[in-house]
Amino acid sequence: MAEMAIKKRRPKNLDLPTIRLPLPGILSILHRISGAAIFLLLPFLLWLLQASLTSGETFASAKAVVAHPLAKIILLGLIWFYMHHFCAGIRYLLLDLHKGVELEAARLSSKIVFVVSIALTLIIGAKVLW
Amino acid sequence: MVNRVLVGAHYGLKDWIIQRATAVIMAVYTVVFLVVVGAVGPDSFEAWRGIFANGFMKFATFLFLVSLFYHAWIGVRDIWMDYVKPDGLRLLMMIATAAVLVGYAGWAVQILWRM
Ligand code: HEM
Repeated sequence: MAEMAIKKRRPKNLDLPTIRLPLPGILSILHRISGAAIFLLLPFLLWLLQASLTSGETFASAKAVVAHPLAKIILLGLIWFYMHHFCAGIRYLLLDLHKGVELEAARLSSKIVFVVSIALTLIIGAKVLW
Repeated sequence: MVNRVLVGAHYGLKDWIIQRATAVIMAVYTVVFLVVVGAVGPDSFEAWRGIFANGFMKFATFLFLVSLFYHAWIGVRDIWMDYVKPDGLRLLMMIATAAVLVGYAGWAVQILWRM
């Protein structure tokens, strides 16, 4: 009973469109989404690795798959997810070492993660996909 | 005085450390891989295969993949624990996750040593 009374007085804000997630929050949820997406695509990636290494013919078929526009979009998204997870992961490792935990530093480093991971994605995408 | 912490969550500490150790291994491999591929510029099957035929890269790639599977096990399990509440379903998802990852590890051995 006492519990219920307390629960009722808790402030609630479920007006979702008015909730703004700050950049480090977006970074964080993308870190989770990217990790899960890479996990789900592992069979495709392992198949690609296997085909690319088995023989000249399977290498050519892997190349043909990667040349398909749909595969290119998926792989570009995956490269971005990987680069985001990689850069954000390094940021988390530094935070674990208590480097850059102050608000300003944490905001700045999350910006750096977005800029660097998107730049790396564009460079790698341009080199291997187009 | 008995100073024992009964509900300390330190049973998760080992996984926490392994997740970070595997993250460091993967991050280092990612840089090495990008540098090697950038330097070799593989434009043919032979050149691409040559990268992984090299003893060091074969070992490093295997270490990377095993780290990835272990890291993914801890990370994906954490995600199930956050979103899947019914115990039976949660257990099922965890077992399925562990099963595919063990399978992938076998597949990785096959890919790297039968190429
Ligand atoms: C360069 C490689 C990588 C680095 C540096 C890295 C780093 C990290 C770190 C530090 C965490 C812990 C985050 C936290 O506790 O808040 C984490 C979680 C996670 N990682 Fe990675 N990781 C890498 C690669 C991968 C890959 C390839 C996958 C795909 C299977 C993956 C999947 C996950 C998942 C699913 C989580 C849990 C996310 C969560 O709980 O929100 N990681 N990673």
